[in-house]
Amino acid sequence: MSLAALGVLAVVALAALAAPVLLPYDPDAPDAERTLEAPGHRHWLGTDLYGRDQLTRLVYAGRVDLLVAIEATAIALSVGAVLGAVSGYRGGFIDQVLMRIIDTIQAFPSFILAMGIAAALGNSVTNIVIAIAITHVPIYGRLIRGEMLRIRETEYAEAARTVGNRQRRIMFYHLLPNCFPPVVVQATLAMGFAILTVAALSYIGLGIRPPTSEWGAMTAEGASYIVSGEWWIFVFPGMAIMATVLSFNLLGDALRDVLDPRMKGV
Amino acid sequence: MFGYIGTRVLLVLPTLLGVTLVTFVLTYVLPGNPALVKAGPLATPEHIAEMERRMGLDQPMAVQYWRYLRGLAHGDLGESHTTGRPVLEDLLQRVPATLELTLAALLVALAVGIPLGVVAAVRRDGWLDHVSRLVGVGGVAMPTFWTGLLALYVFFYALGVAPPPLGRLATGITPPPRVTGLLTVDAVLAMDGRALASALHQLVLPALVLGFSVMAPLTRMVRATMLEVLESDYIKAAWAAGLPRRTVVYGDALRNCMIPVITLLGVVFGFLMAGNVVVESVFSWPGIGNYAVAAMMSKDSGPIQSFVLFVGVVYVFVNLAVDLVYGLVDPRIRLR
Amino acid sequence: MTDLLAVRDLTVHFATDEGIVQALDGASLRVGPGEVVGLVGESGSGKSVTALAILRLLRPPARVLGGRIEFDGLDLQACSEEEMRAVRGAQISMVFQSPRTSLNPVLPVGHQIARLLVQHGAIRPREARARAVEMLREVGIGEPERRARQYAHQLSGGMCQRVMIAMALATNPRLLIADEPTTGLDVSIAAQILDLLGDLGRRTGAAILLITHDLGVVARRCDRVVVMHAGQTVEWAPVRALFHAPAHPYTRALLRSIPRVVGTGEMEPIPGWVPSLLAPPPGCRFAPRCALVRPECRAPVPVRSVDGDHRVACVAAEAS
Repeated sequence: MSLAALGVLAVVALAALAAPVLLPYDPDAPDAERTLEAPGHRHWLGTDLYGRDQLTRLVYAGRVDLLVAIEATAIALSVGAVLGAVSGYRGGFIDQVLMRIIDTIQAFPSFILAMGIAAALGNSVTNIVIAIAITHVPIYGRLIRGEMLRIRETEYAEAARTVGNRQRRIMFYHLLPNCFPPVVVQATLAMGFAILTVAALSYIGLGIRPPTSEWGAMTAEGASYIVSGEWWIFVFPGMAIMATVLSFNLLGDALRDVLDPRMKGV
Repeated sequence: MFGYIGTRVLLVLPTLLGVTLVTFVLTYVLPGNPALVKAGPLATPEHIAEMERRMGLDQPMAVQYWRYLRGLAHGDLGESHTTGRPVLEDLLQRVPATLELTLAALLVALAVGIPLGVVAAVRRDGWLDHVSRLVGVGGVAMPTFWTGLLALYVFFYALGVAPPPLGRLATGITPPPRVTGLLTVDAVLAMDGRALASALHQLVLPALVLGFSVMAPLTRMVRATMLEVLESDYIKAAWAAGLPRRTVVYGDALRNCMIPVITLLGVVFGFLMAGNVVVESVFSWPGIGNYAVAAMMSKDSGPIQSFVLFVGVVYVFVNLAVDLVYGLVDPRIRLR
Repeated sequence: MTDLLAVRDLTVHFATDEGIVQALDGASLRVGPGEVVGLVGESGSGKSVTALAILRLLRPPARVLGGRIEFDGLDLQACSEEEMRAVRGAQISMVFQSPRTSLNPVLPVGHQIARLLVQHGAIRPREARARAVEMLREVGIGEPERRARQYAHQLSGGMCQRVMIAMALATNPRLLIADEPTTGLDVSIAAQILDLLGDLGRRTGAAILLITHDLGVVARRCDRVVVMHAGQTVEWAPVRALFHAPAHPYTRALLRSIPRVVGTGEMEPIPGWVPSLLAPPPGCRFAPRCALVRPECRAPVPVRSVDGDHRVACVAAEAS
């Protein structure tokens, strides 16, 4: 099962990276003679209103979605890790303050908050990355804080302290690496969630806008063609989202079984 | 018990404050100058400056925040210039539509999701278990808007059983007199068969789509909890005491499983709110999500932050309610 | 006297990721009416598995491969599930190790007792509730009416165990299986619980199969003893005979290993390790550690009579 997931992800990643080389069509080039063509041997996934090849657009859009997910996850992880580590290790007042901040972020359903941030900041890719990153910080913050609370009392930490290491060094150099297994699992699962978020934001118009192609936006374009039966425009981008998210989820589950069996009910 | 209630209620206040602070920051950070927006396109620079002063935009942040809070307390959530009305009024007018959709979807998710999770755990590795795992894994990965579009394509375009996604009632049907705002309920109260049929007909597909999207995580969690409960010592003791299967599984185990599931309802509600926005968009459902998004599209930026605030506040109270119900139902908390 | 319970040649295997665990190998024991029989052995020796097998509570991955369990003339392995349910909780009751977690946390304890009475006794709920309160009183719980309405988390560990005993004895079973009933309990509370069990057993005429790893408990409270080692039953004897004239080398080693206050004060552990149940030695499973081992020990060991009711599964044991 997880091998299949890895396989799919590998294909997606490769396709995203190698797109310009592999695909014969230009994603943005219109072709007035071949508009709204159903999937066939010339255009495997059909064309849209402007005659653009959907397969090419799909792959290029995939690059955007993956990029957003990776960047957002990386930022959220870094910020969350620092917050969680400091909060868990120092405790006391600073722990209370940081936890209140995290609580406030989690007081909103995350998608709704992402909507608000995206609306406030604007539609650029960077802003969407920031919006998603902010809503994901609590995930890593809490996780690492929990791990930190658990291991700061261990003998390992005690030894590091006795030797005279500075607190910052203890936190980041010695203890943080021990938190990696659950973090890796969580990050993998959260990547899928990030993709769903950016796609949904783009679908309702708050995310990535044309001319940059993105899976959610492509699906939105396809929505108006349901009533006239051109199904391929909305089906394939959605399928791409589902396949990618599913692969991340399966991979995350497999990683969890391997790295951290005690997390098994989370 | 009262300590439990007390702490929970007290904690709500700082959380609410945090929520307003966030939406205040978001409003403040909005691109553009609110005074410019309010003054209109023909305003002169002096006019805009005057507007800025009147709106307090030249004041320090803390003062502005205070004014913001005061405004909120008076129900001032700004104005929408697409509708020309106060945002609060717009929201309240559209809340029943969202509420009806949310409740219908919740009903679907609970009525299907919980039994599915329970039976999947009881008949582990049976065909229903495989179905539930498929639903759980697949459903979580499907983007809700895509599910909605697929449903529309299959049931509306291809099969013709679903109505066109044009709103809550088919064109030509007069709505029943407004009592609750929920068309189905109002139609029943007014004994209006036609309106009821039409309202249900329009509601079915979006409710199923939204319900299905939150059903996936719910089923997974119910299944996991039930499996854990079935392995517990007191269930083994119940078997040893010769109690019939019906009592042990669907009495004792189920009861113990449902209690933690209550805490899930808060999270489920969060998923519902998020999915609502998208489903309303797909089906052109005239709820608050659609309103906020449509306003945003017309560069009318007030409604969306007020929408975020509204949802945030409701979410806080829903979670509080869930906590309180949990405290009441679990005897370990109810009795010290 | 005819046996109340007769377990003959019970073999149970567990299928695990690491292979087949041969948890029980030809285990046998008898319990007569009203007797208190101690089933003694180290952890992992198969005592709990035996108990669960008697009540037919073993589920896959466990499989019963052979043997016969007879209770009061009824073949417990061949009878229908309905008949088995009528036996469980009514004819044979079981008391488990961790009392608090063995009680349903969201039901009042009185209700948990009462519904057993309704289930097995065909009496009305109101009567059952009254009887439940009575049972709580009989097991020594003060203010039983108030306690009956309380939940497990409101009771101490000792009280929880009393409730479990009340549940077990409410239906007047012929046999009570107590699996390490004093685990996790304070020493003085543990003594009280064992006293209670003994008292109630004598009063109701119920036989008790007391599963424990504590030889001291066995010495004080049991009529007869069955010794288990690595899934095999190795010695059966009246309690005095076992302690004065242990026949099986394992029993002897066990008795020698008990730390004593008087005497040399030296501890004599049993040499070697408990055999792995994944690949157990053929024949007698104590053979690899036994000082008296002979070639015949690698084949299934016959049961010899040492002296009347005292029997041992050993070719090398001498009556002394």
